Amino acid sequence: MLAAALIGAVMLLILGANPLTGYAALVDGAFGGTKNLANSALKAMPLLLVGAGITVAFRTGVINIGGEGQIIVGAIFSTLLVLAVPDVPRFLLVPLAFLFGALGGAVWGGMAGALKSYAGVNEILSTIMLNIIAVQILNLLLRGPLMDPGEIERGSRIPHTERLSGNADLPILPGGTRLHLGVVVAVLMAVACYVLLFRTTQGLRLRASGHNPFASLYAGMSVKRNVVLAFMYSGAMCGMAGVTLVFGSEGHRLATDGGATTFTGAAGFNGIVAALFGGLHPLWTIPASFLFGALLVGANAMQRAVQVPAALILALNGLVVVFVVGSMQARARLGRTAARLRAEARESPADTEAPDPDAAAEAPP
Amino acid sequence: MSDFFTVSVLLATLAAGIRLATPFLLAALGETLGQRSGVLNLGVEGVMLLGAYGAYYATLRTESVLLGIVIGLAVGGAMGIVYGVVTLALKAEQGISGIGIFIFGLGLSDLLFQKQVGTPTPIDGLGDLAIPVLGDLPWVGEVLFHQNVLVYVAFLLVPAMWYLINRTPFGMNVRAVGETPEAADSLGVSVNRTRYITIFVGNALAGLAGASLALELGIFQQNLTNGHGFIAVALVYFGAWRPVGVMAGSMVFGLVSAMVLQWKTLGIVVGTTASIVGMFPAVLTILVLVLVSRRTGSPSALTRPFERGH
Repeated sequence: MLAAALIGAVMLLILGANPLTGYAALVDGAFGGTKNLANSALKAMPLLLVGAGITVAFRTGVINIGGEGQIIVGAIFSTLLVLAVPDVPRFLLVPLAFLFGALGGAVWGGMAGALKSYAGVNEILSTIMLNIIAVQILNLLLRGPLMDPGEIERGSRIPHTERLSGNADLPILPGGTRLHLGVVVAVLMAVACYVLLFRTTQGLRLRASGHNPFASLYAGMSVKRNVVLAFMYSGAMCGMAGVTLVFGSEGHRLATDGGATTFTGAAGFNGIVAALFGGLHPLWTIPASFLFGALLVGANAMQRAVQVPAALILALNGLVVVFVVGSMQARARLGRTAARLRAEARESPADTEAPDPDAAAEAPP
Repeated sequence: MSDFFTVSVLLATLAAGIRLATPFLLAALGETLGQRSGVLNLGVEGVMLLGAYGAYYATLRTESVLLGIVIGLAVGGAMGIVYGVVTLALKAEQGISGIGIFIFGLGLSDLLFQKQVGTPTPIDGLGDLAIPVLGDLPWVGEVLFHQNVLVYVAFLLVPAMWYLINRTPFGMNVRAVGETPEAADSLGVSVNRTRYITIFVGNALAGLAGASLALELGIFQQNLTNGHGFIAVALVYFGAWRPVGVMAGSMVFGLVSAMVLQWKTLGIVVGTTASIVGMFPAVLTILVLVLVSRRTGSPSALTRPFERGH
């Protein structure tokens, strides 16, 4: 993180901006005052849902980078539901929207899982392709059957739906900020992922499949089934992120920019970064998501202050992934070496000298 | 639809197909070399984006297409060094660090484009280079020998890559390192040095692939590659880690893209159907991956970092 921040500063310098001014604007924009903090939390909400879901997939030994597509399909499912039954009372429609969103995400994620388990397709490639397909489906629907009738009348044809039923608006939390129910759902679901992974038999099976598929198979588990399940859980979380992005948005409608970015704000990718930064633990993903949500909000403030596009944060996030993965392996190796040296020291009591931890750290693996 | 089945349109589509196959082919050949040495690079997409931006920007500023190509190669090579350090020195998990490189490339290319260029400004891309004599052949000449220089480079690289991998001492080292690095190491072949070279060359080719895309289209925009790099990785599986197979796969994707483009131009697909047609390459990729999934023969040491004494 520090290294990424340093590289970011160098990049700001190269782009002709003062890094101190830039970072000051970033921190102030992200954390300065209740309003900014609330915005950071709102930005963190989809990252947390995606990230916590991704920890489930990672722990089962599969990489889910189909968050973007699963968010989109979840958003489509819930939007279709709300368009079909707009008059259902709010206390029912909001949970139903989340349910349908989760279902849509689970279907889209489950497809990648099934392709992996039963057709041997690399999940990284299939999820990327499913992302592209989901974007095209969204653009198709929003330019066609789902387009706001008002847009067609006016002839402006902006690709978005009508303002969706007010009964599906996520209720605003008390306190005078824009925070809404989605934030609560995100935190609760992250805790649910923790419980699933570490407090249930199902979770043990998932983690066993990820840790040692052969041993799990030998123990009578269906690793293939577990992979599909993990993808469905992970996809369901992303689908719920899609729900919060539609019904918690200021426009309260499903929209697209017509290109590849749509409405997700790259949450499907940034969520992975948050999950990795949180050590692939659902609970640690909560503060990690908040941090990255704050970075995204702060980046917009920085853009205004020193005219450096907020895409800088996406670039830095990529570096964070590389650094985190790089240091993870290095730390694991150092840990193994130290453990081996300790074991050797115990086995040879004649060797009176205790192993120097620094020497252990420097010893070649 | 009848407009499509005329000789001139079909020939133009074939020619475009070969042109559009070029970015796939360049990237997939680079990826093949890397995978044969046991390194999976999923960052191709990000490297392509950076190479594309580098080539676009250099050409925009200097109006020299050649400089654009060189910059594309150089950017790719530089990313190769980064990826080499991450996966070989730090032994990072290759799948996830590739995703990191992808996100980095996606963000950085967009950042630089917004900051340095801002509004999409078209450039004069690569012109066609007619080959004497061969270019005058009826039909064949139009399809094969009126192409831009990178098309020729890419297709000439196919036999070159085959020769490098199968007929040279270096190629033998690459294959040994990719199959049983321990045995290669015991015979004095430096596993990591070999892999540094393949990663460097592979990423340089990915950068060149990005350059070919940008210079072909004469434009840059956010996420210009839109999955090209990931499809290129899939093509390596499709081609069973052989340059000729990779070429066949690239041509399938090039032709499908050309067909889609031609249909849009002719107005055969309009509005919402364009989105359906836009799914073709992605759906095709998944189908291809399903078909080749039973394929054996992947390098045994793929994605496995080498550590002496294990």
